[in-house]
Amino acid sequence: MADKLTLYGKEFDSRLLVGTALYPSPAIMREAVAASGAQIITLSLRRQSPAQQQGKILWDYIQESGCQLLPNTAGCKTPKEVIALAEMSREIFGTDWLKLEVIGDDYNLQPDPFGLVEAARELLKRGFRVLPYCTDDLVVCRKLLDVGCEVLMPWGSPIGTGRGLMNKYNLRTLRERLPDTPLIIDAGIGAPSQACEAMEMGFDGVLLNTAIARAQNPVLMAEAFRLAIESGRAARNAGLMLQRQTASPSTPTLDMPFWQQTINSGEES
Amino acid sequence: MQLLVNGETITVNPGDTVSALIQQLGYRGETFAVALNGDFVPRAHYAQVSLSAGDNVDIVAPVVGG
Repeated sequence: MADKLTLYGKEFDSRLLVGTALYPSPAIMREAVAASGAQIITLSLRRQSPAQQQGKILWDYIQESGCQLLPNTAGCKTPKEVIALAEMSREIFGTDWLKLEVIGDDYNLQPDPFGLVEAARELLKRGFRVLPYCTDDLVVCRKLLDVGCEVLMPWGSPIGTGRGLMNKYNLRTLRERLPDTPLIIDAGIGAPSQACEAMEMGFDGVLLNTAIARAQNPVLMAEAFRLAIESGRAARNAGLMLQRQTASPSTPTLDMPFWQQTINSGEES
Repeated sequence: MQLLVNGETITVNPGDTVSALIQQLGYRGETFAVALNGDFVPRAHYAQVSLSAGDNVDIVAPVVGG
C-alpha cells in the first residue's frame, strides 16, 4: 500500500526534508541530499554582489535536483520582512512554497507566535503555501490552522541544538489533538534515533539540516536518517505495543520442563 | 545621488531607475531579486521604479539554508 506524504495536495515518497546549509562542500551537500532520499530541500536568500558565485553554484544544483524547493525566511523578525523575502523567493525560485520563520528570540531562535500567525494570514492571502516553523504550543498551532495553514512544523528543540524531542508531552498532545494535520518535526533533531522516535509518535515527517551536515560523514549520516525515518514510519503503521510495568514472559510457560521437579523440590524443603 | 545598496553606499545618477542600478552594478540573469526600502520590487517593475537619494536597496540571491 502506498504510504505517501501529502502536503498541500502534492505527494511525496520521502518523509525526510533536508536543509542545504553547513556542509563541508557543495559536492558533499549534493551527495548527502541524494543519500537522504529527500524530495523537499530548504534554501534561502541573502544579499550578494554580482561577483559572488555561491548563488550560481546553488542555482545549478537546484535546476538539476528535481526536488520541491522550500525557501525559508530565516532571520526575519517581523511580518513585513517575511513578506518581502517571501515575494523575492517566489520570484527567484518560482515556487509558492515557503518555510515560514519569524524569529522572536535571538538566543534560542524561538518562533514569534504572534508574528507567525500575522505573517501566515497575509502570505496565504497572497497565494503562498505556508509551512510554518512553530513551537509545540497547541493554541498557536490551532491559530495557524485557523488562518489557513495546511501543514505545521513544530520544533523538536531549538535550531542546531541536536537535543531531540524536548517536550514530548506537548508533541503528543499536538499529534492527538490535530490528527488530520500533517505535522513535521522541524529543528533540534540530532540523531537518527530521535527522528525515528518522532515518526513512531505519529509525526508525518522530519526536517533537519545540522545533524547531517555536521556529521563526520554527512553522506553516511543522511542514509542513517533515511533508514531511521522509514523504520519509525513502518513501526507507527504496524502499531506499537503498549508499555507495561511488570514483566510478561514471551516464551510459553505451559509444559515448562522440570516444573514438577521444582514443586517436588519445594515439597521436600 | 547616494543610495545604500546591500548596506554599502553607491552613487547613481538622479532619477535613475532600479533597472539602471542593476545594470550599473553588473547583475545578470534571473537569480536575484530586489527590495526597495524593505518592499519587494517585482522584476517587471524595474524600469518604472525610480530611485531617490537615501533609498535603501537590497539585492538578494539564492544561498544554502536550513
